[in-house]
Amino acid sequence: MSYSYYPGCSLHSTGLEYQLSTRSVFQQLGMELVELPDWNCCGASSAHTLDPTLALALPARTLALAQVEGCDLVAPCAACYNRIKTADYVLRRDSQRRAKIEALVGFQFTGQVSVRPLLAVLYEDYGPGRLAAQVRQPLTGLKVVTYYGCLLVRPPEITQFDDPDDPRIMAEILGAVGAEVMPWGYATECCGGSLSLSRSDIVQRLVGRLVERGREAGAAAIVTACPLCQVNLEMRQTAKPKMPAFYFTELLGLALGLSEAESWWKKHLIDPRPVLQQVGLIRTVNTNVDRDAV
Amino acid sequence: MTGEGFQDKLKQDYWRSTPRRYDMETNLVYEVDHLSEQQIELCYHCHKCTAGCPVVDAMDYGPDRLLRMVALGQNEAVLRSRDIWLCVGCFTCATRCPNEIDIAAVMDGLRQLARRRGEPVGERDALLFHRLFMGVVQRLGRSHEAVMLGLFKVLSHVPLWNDVGAGLNLFLRGKVPLLPQRTRAGAKVRAIYKHRRAL
Repeated sequence: MSYSYYPGCSLHSTGLEYQLSTRSVFQQLGMELVELPDWNCCGASSAHTLDPTLALALPARTLALAQVEGCDLVAPCAACYNRIKTADYVLRRDSQRRAKIEALVGFQFTGQVSVRPLLAVLYEDYGPGRLAAQVRQPLTGLKVVTYYGCLLVRPPEITQFDDPDDPRIMAEILGAVGAEVMPWGYATECCGGSLSLSRSDIVQRLVGRLVERGREAGAAAIVTACPLCQVNLEMRQTAKPKMPAFYFTELLGLALGLSEAESWWKKHLIDPRPVLQQVGLIRTVNTNVDRDAV
Repeated sequence: MTGEGFQDKLKQDYWRSTPRRYDMETNLVYEVDHLSEQQIELCYHCHKCTAGCPVVDAMDYGPDRLLRMVALGQNEAVLRSRDIWLCVGCFTCATRCPNEIDIAAVMDGLRQLARRRGEPVGERDALLFHRLFMGVVQRLGRSHEAVMLGLFKVLSHVPLWNDVGAGLNLFLRGKVPLLPQRTRAGAKVRAIYKHRRAL
């Protein structure tokens, strides 16, 4: 299986470990990700705030690139997925605006590329059953809550992702590799998104509430599928002890026994190694070695 | 044509109609409806949007009251409010609205209208962030955290020392590359921006 891959800006910077773990996991599972050549930013939440035309034209260019490749387009970032899927939705349904965007970007929209989030690709094309068969180190004892955030599930008529109020895909994938997914009611609550810089007080409050509720549910970590959520969760936590936020691909990599998983933990703003050591998923020596080195 | 397609067509015809010539001044509802492609007059103030809004306690009015103010033509109060800039676009309101009003899209429309009319901005730094982001994308084709964070630190009202530690931690983990990647995306995106202005 081969996919066109749109990493988006975050996966090259603040979401580096998402990029690394996604690539490793896909390679291990024998699924090929071909990065689109010269992809551009999707415009994220800023484009639709300031300029509705650019909000469609920027992701439309990505669709144009993917059309040339002809495979399904995979976007790991929830914001990128949302913007590209929105452009796809509008181009399919609104002929007037399609003509305008086609002229602006210089392509002919065929609608043959299907835009899919990473979670859906793993769930639908690989499946939890086959994933369970690949596990080398089951994540037994690791208690987590799954956190989808907003943009993967809303607006549901555009994103077409699972149940918008009670998504289960991530829980099934993580359950298949042995993690214990705790039930909670905050899986699709907002983390504050782009207010992180201008109004960090709001984001701190929202993130604080998520962590508090996660802890109440009995989880030791939050698992996300969005680089913006993950960075907010780790950067804007004020209360101690802090709770790490994993990308779901990182935990898959750990369960599949990938040796490069070790290098991902160091990329976190909140060190997740104590949580993993507690349930015996990584050896205790690793951090001691690091401490000596420092 | 399917039922849904026909309804879409009707809505699109409404949004694309031009105001009648004898209107002295179009009202705010009309302008917002057209910019956001919504029908806010369908709102019957059930309050679900406000009940679910994650940022409502930082707002002055909240989404539900804001829609009412638009309907009442309180142009300045609406367009100068901080509320329209605080909306993070999480679509909770849009998903829950029983009348299928996409309030997040209405907020986008209000922001564009406020900018077009040159109203004072209720939440200056939020706009600054979006403008810097779009400016960086215009020049490089992709976002570039180091440039954007640096400019934001200098130009915003947020105290300079805030987030220095977090920024440093990101940098030490190799997450904020100093040099942007050079790709052909930049030239393509500049062309889209340029072409866009000519429209």
